[in-house]
Amino acid sequence: MNWQSMSDFWSMGGAGFFVWGSYGVTFALIALELVVVLRRRKQVVHRLQRLRQAMKASARRKEIQE
Amino acid sequence: MLSVFLEVLRRDLLLAWRNRADVLVTLSFFTIVACLFPFGVGAEPNLLRTIAPGVLWVAALLATLLSLHRVFSQDHTDGVLEQLLLSPEPPVLWVLAKVLAHWLTTAVPLVIAAPALALLFDMTQSATGVLILSLLLGTPILSLLGGVGAALTLGLRGGGMLLALLVLPLFVPILIFGAGAVDAYLSGTGANAHLMLLGGGSLAALALAPWACAAALRIAVE
Amino acid sequence: MESGQRFSLFRYAAPNVFYPLAGRLAPWFAAAAVGFTLIGLYLGFFVAPTDAVQGEVYRVIFIHVPAAWMSMFIYLIMAFWSAIGVVFNTRLSAMMTQALAPTGAMFCFVALWTGALWGRPTWGAYWVWDARLTSQLLLLFLYFGFMALTRAIEDPRRADKAGAILALVGAVNVPIIYFSVKWWNTLHQGASVSLTKAPSMATTMLMAMLVMAFASWAYTIAVVLWRVRSLILERERHTDWVGEVLDARGAQA
Repeated sequence: MNWQSMSDFWSMGGAGFFVWGSYGVTFALIALELVVVLRRRKQVVHRLQRLRQAMKASARRKEIQE
Repeated sequence: MLSVFLEVLRRDLLLAWRNRADVLVTLSFFTIVACLFPFGVGAEPNLLRTIAPGVLWVAALLATLLSLHRVFSQDHTDGVLEQLLLSPEPPVLWVLAKVLAHWLTTAVPLVIAAPALALLFDMTQSATGVLILSLLLGTPILSLLGGVGAALTLGLRGGGMLLALLVLPLFVPILIFGAGAVDAYLSGTGANAHLMLLGGGSLAALALAPWACAAALRIAVE
Repeated sequence: MESGQRFSLFRYAAPNVFYPLAGRLAPWFAAAAVGFTLIGLYLGFFVAPTDAVQGEVYRVIFIHVPAAWMSMFIYLIMAFWSAIGVVFNTRLSAMMTQALAPTGAMFCFVALWTGALWGRPTWGAYWVWDARLTSQLLLLFLYFGFMALTRAIEDPRRADKAGAILALVGAVNVPIIYFSVKWWNTLHQGASVSLTKAPSMATTMLMAMLVMAFASWAYTIAVVLWRVRSLILERERHTDWVGEVLDARGAQA
């Protein structure tokens, strides 16, 4: 085992800032990318669904008029 | 076949001659950028002599970049490009003619002006000679690669900035070998390797870039 | 017979076939990414010993090196898809290229960031103009250029083709850039910093790094599949099958 205690683990032999700065930013960026990708997907589906509804509605209206 | 090449070349040179103010603006830009550096870093002759090759190369690179939009944009707006693409002639030929015209009207004036600027930076005569040689061998790559970038960004909003973003990273090797040629000459290792690499790069770009450029033009116009 | 074989190969290139396939595969790759990351981090922090020369700070390597590898691989894969798109004129390949670019740029930035944080305690500077760092920076610019170009073009067909040409031109230039930067670096820096002398790595360190590399592969595949699904929906919104997909989702909700 490399670490005697929790604080030992966090300090990383005095290099805590550099190690945790690296890992922190990396995982923050990954999380950010996932959020952006999933939100984009939701937006696209939502927008296209509304577009489709509108098109269906206008088609129905035309049918009724005829 | 060759007649298209010559015809387009002649036409582009004629147009450049009619708009010769553009060429002068590019040249002035080159001069001014180079002259800014002493104000920024101080006029200590030794320092100036050290940075001169890099400064002049960077200035040449930026001046070329600013002139790239001229290669195709006018022909794009007045429909000549479409005509050329519809013609049965292989596009590579007239693309090459246009790039050559760009090189003749941009790079060659820069090469002619470079010795005067070299004087301002207190470069020795022989070092200036190597600089000119490196510019002559390296600037064709700038025109060829830049032509691809200009074709890709043709007619886009904010095309100028985009063009810079696309081509400047690709220009880095040319800058390294171009400015490096003079440094290597001054340090006594000799500039042969650098100049040969620049020449080889020019030949490779000559073989590949016109195809990419023609493809990009076809995409931009269709 | 011949044409039948070709057809089966290209079948998955059809967006309406690929879309559900991507949706089914992506969660598995995401799960694999999580699993590999957990194993990799365990190996990296609890099994791999302290480095004799660098101390604990070397543990940045477990993300730094996989990220650097990944950023280069992704550019190669983008060039591969671009070539496929140019030769076979498949729409899906251009969408894949564009879905890959942001993740590639992300890994490129991660490699630079972790490199800087690793460099400060090891060489005393956040940044040195080393060949590898410098070409990594230029690679990031290439990613930015690709993303800016494909986003600046409104017509998707033109964006696809222009992006493909740019990716191919960039891929031809990447080795040239690396070679030139290395050449420049050896001339200018001489003996200041030598990064090539890697300390001999313990096998457990190597294992942790490889597992993290697998994790970044799996993550990339998952996130790219998700991104490409959105792209497919947008591009194919006028087709019947997208309408069916939307109706099915609407019924679920």
